[in-house]
Amino acid sequence: MTSAKEWPLFEVFIRSRNGLSHKHVGSLHAADQDMALDNARDVYTRRGEGVSIWVVPSAAITASDPGDKESLFEPTANKIYRHPTFYPIPDEVKNI
Amino acid sequence: MTPAQTETARDADMPDDTLAALETRRLARFQARVDADEKIEPVDWMPEGYRKTLIRQISQHAHSEVVGMLPEGNWIGRAPSLRRKAVLLAKVQDEGGHGLYLYAAAETLGVTRQEMVEQLLAGTAKYSSIFNYPTLSWADIGAIGWLVDGAAIMNQVPICRCSFGPYARAMQRICKEESFHQRQGYEIMLHLSRGTAAQKQMAQEALDRWWWPSLMMFGPPDGESQHGAQGMAWKIKLVGNDELRQKFVDVTVPQADYLGLTMPDPDLRWNDATGHYAFGAIDWDEFKRVVKGGGPVSRDRMKARRKAYDDGAWVREAALAHAAKKRARRAQLADAG
Repeated sequence: MTSAKEWPLFEVFIRSRNGLSHKHVGSLHAADQDMALDNARDVYTRRGEGVSIWVVPSAAITASDPGDKESLFEPTANKIYRHPTFYPIPDEVKNI
Repeated sequence: MTPAQTETARDADMPDDTLAALETRRLARFQARVDADEKIEPVDWMPEGYRKTLIRQISQHAHSEVVGMLPEGNWIGRAPSLRRKAVLLAKVQDEGGHGLYLYAAAETLGVTRQEMVEQLLAGTAKYSSIFNYPTLSWADIGAIGWLVDGAAIMNQVPICRCSFGPYARAMQRICKEESFHQRQGYEIMLHLSRGTAAQKQMAQEALDRWWWPSLMMFGPPDGESQHGAQGMAWKIKLVGNDELRQKFVDVTVPQADYLGLTMPDPDLRWNDATGHYAFGAIDWDEFKRVVKGGGPVSRDRMKARRKAYDDGAWVREAALAHAAKKRARRAQLADAG
């Protein structure tokens, strides 16, 4: 058995219909971006799941470290004044 | 290096007792997240056993999808009508797709596609024993859709809620697509059982062949299941083998009645007290033999997979070479521009 080089990994994003953003649906291997698009069409849109596909080399994605979760996302928990419900408005007043 | 690996690398500098305390704390935190129905994602810390169990389970599942294309592929060229042929092609293509979703989910745990494929071809990885049985007549395609895909759905629906995010997401896609497989199979059986006496006989023989192997698909009884309790605690396994098997029997027996076919089990009868069908003893020796590669067509299946892999080697290499050439040409054009 030859242990040939693996085809690189791509992440696949699909826009299910116009007006919605592309959403991550999974990943696949392909020799290059053109083949990744072809494969994504076959693997992820066999039942009219989309109108547009993005493929991105997985190696090109920079992700946040789960260890930084607290320092990144915790501070927003005590800024409840960023939510409209923080401000009581009398019932008589109409919402905008 | 993934963030979780960075965390492990940092641990290397710590004294042993500090490390042990840290490990206990992490385990407790992990279990608390699982208990609270939080999803675990690939970058999160996880016990090595959880990672290994998932890699084994997801890759076996992927292998089953891929090997599962073979018994049905056998009938694509001989489907009795163009409609049946188009349906079967679509179904087999789905199985290939399901294998790909699952391989991708397993890869997020740090195993490579190449490693998994090599394990399958070397015979060190298992796949569902059901695919080691031959498809002797067209009715077998009906029985497979109805019973094998039916059993697969029963097994898979709970996994849509499993604790590992990528596996749960892959299963959700698969379950959505799988119900067509089951219905087209039942439709074939319905057609045959409403046909000539010979066609009905064909359907009955297919049912006789596939009924017991389908019941084995749920795995050994819970008491003897190797990975049961830990899998339940980790929410990789959500419902016990016996419960799922019973549910499957309860659903399929009335479906067989509707077809006018008889289950090949003299002990099968409705039990008013339990509210379930009681059924005869399963031949677990046969199951063990088939899982270990001693099924009627196990060797043919592996031979077909190895041949596909070897015959495809030049294509995989050529595609990489072509991609490199295209990249070089694009770079050249960019420079010239």
